[in-house]
Amino acid sequence: MRITQGTFSYLPDLTDDEIAAQIQYAVDQGWSIAVEFTDNPHPRNFLWDMWGLPMFDIADAAAGLHEVRACRESYPEYYIRVNAYDASLGRQTTALSFIVNRPAHEPGFRLDRQEGSDRQIRYSLHAYAAQRPSGERYTSNGTSHGA
Amino acid sequence: MTAGQERWNAGVIPYAQMGYWEPDYVPKDTDVLTAFRISPQPGVPPEEAGAAVAGESSTATWTVVWTDRLTAHEHYQAKCYRVDPVPGREGEYIAYIAYDIDLFEEGSIANLTSSIIGNVFGFKALKALRLEDMRIPLAYVKTFQGPPHGIVMEREYLNKYGRPLLGATTKPKLGLSARNYGRVVYEALRGGLDFTKDDENINSQPFMRWRDRYLFTMEAVNRAAEQTGEIKGHYLNVTAATMEDMYERAEFAKELGSVIVMADLTVGYTALQSMSRWARNNGVLLHLHRAGHGTYTRQKNHGVSFRVIAKWCRLIGVDHIHAGTVVGKLEGDPSMVRGYYDTLRLATVPLDMGQGIYFEQEWGSMPGTMPVASGGIHAGQMHQLLGYLGEDVVLQFGGGTIGHPMGVAAGATANRVAVEAMIKARNEGRDFVAEGDSILAEAAKGCQPLQTALDTWGDITFNYESTDTPDVVATPTA
Repeated sequence: MRITQGTFSYLPDLTDDEIAAQIQYAVDQGWSIAVEFTDNPHPRNFLWDMWGLPMFDIADAAAGLHEVRACRESYPEYYIRVNAYDASLGRQTTALSFIVNRPAHEPGFRLDRQEGSDRQIRYSLHAYAAQRPSGERYTSNGTSHGA
Repeated sequence: MTAGQERWNAGVIPYAQMGYWEPDYVPKDTDVLTAFRISPQPGVPPEEAGAAVAGESSTATWTVVWTDRLTAHEHYQAKCYRVDPVPGREGEYIAYIAYDIDLFEEGSIANLTSSIIGNVFGFKALKALRLEDMRIPLAYVKTFQGPPHGIVMEREYLNKYGRPLLGATTKPKLGLSARNYGRVVYEALRGGLDFTKDDENINSQPFMRWRDRYLFTMEAVNRAAEQTGEIKGHYLNVTAATMEDMYERAEFAKELGSVIVMADLTVGYTALQSMSRWARNNGVLLHLHRAGHGTYTRQKNHGVSFRVIAKWCRLIGVDHIHAGTVVGKLEGDPSMVRGYYDTLRLATVPLDMGQGIYFEQEWGSMPGTMPVASGGIHAGQMHQLLGYLGEDVVLQFGGGTIGHPMGVAAGATANRVAVEAMIKARNEGRDFVAEGDSILAEAAKGCQPLQTALDTWGDITFNYESTDTPDVVATPTA
């Protein structure tokens, strides 16, 4: 399966030029850029790991793309996303968030049902990959990698 | 104003002479201000008509009453302070009226509306009357909590940023069994929509009782989350005959894990404000379907403009409200719709007569309400929708999802690919409105469902003249 979180997941994976164009748009809006990565893609896991601090003062997309590439090199089998953050009054929230790297194989999610009375069901969602410890997911041999 | 003792002689004197026409009055920052479009009966001077509206919507009755003298009556009298003829509309005037903030109970839309539109719309001295706009002073705004979550919190809650959200109303509106209904919801959500929706008239009918619908729908919502790894939602309509029923349904929706419930405007302002309070207390988004509004918002000379309803609903506190599509099947002049969207989303809405906005409106830090565009829109219009409506909007393609020849999921995918492609092109600096057709055509090369959607609906438009249009049309200055 293909996890479709993020602004552009229904399009073909973005090329580096396309990623740079989106970063440039964000920079032009005055937004800061953050690169984040995770091997726990539950849709309510907002706490992806931060690849360094957000970049508040970059003039163009090159610096942002540099960090995307560096993160990808360290975590090739992780989900990596670029977040653009709008700090203006009344927003103070993420303005754009798109995936720029994903594992070669995405096993997807298991939906568990706890059947209760009156036909009520409690649902919970588990990423198959998250059954293994962090750092050992999404790899062909199950060994840890990365920084 | 009639001076001295004569003001208090028993009998009937014109409203204008009772203190309700004050052309020299300077509105205070804390006054509620209104702009009424008045059509006086023949022989009634517009100032008197404006004064009559001011009088009847505040302290006055048809005759002099001595009991006014037991009060600081000048403080409580609303004051018509300006009357302007409407250009190009003979017999129509805009009457500006100021109301002291003391006239209104804090945090009560029911009280505000009972005062301002409670009594005057049947007034014989007027042929027609329309409340065009209302300036709510910040001091009064601050007595409301507004949307239970608001646009920013909704996006953080759903983990969805940088693009319009997508939805669809389940069709057919009536008649599906709960199981079939759940199938439509599942297909639309797994195909790429963020939300599906009960229609306004889906409550709890014999063919599908609410509890059954909720159970099957939540199975569909959770299955779609499993298939996509995204948070999904279905607006479960809690509209019912009594508040007790509505709370019961909302509680059940919450227990099942629904992120959102909905109510219809027909439930009334007080019921909505109660639901807003419930939604805030329970962490559930609140969607409002503006059912019935067309009966009083559409005609230019009589009723209440939708921009006023939008304002009241942001104060009442809803997270979503239907506010027009411009390009779809329902009424909506582009500049008027822009005014509604600004009213719902901005922190300060500037005066703009070209959008029908008569007063600057300051919202303080009240969160924005997400406008919803629904009714006769399809993927082939994505560039126009994004151009007119912007990014903080829910685009709802009901027929445009469910009527797709390849199936419901394919219809959903077509809409999702179209919106993502359009946002991507916009961010890349392309003139996406002008190049919209080619952007969609490019995206469709890699997406057969989008190609099929464009082939099916590409040319469908609803070009009818709007009935509700601004009186002032902006003249290009370039």
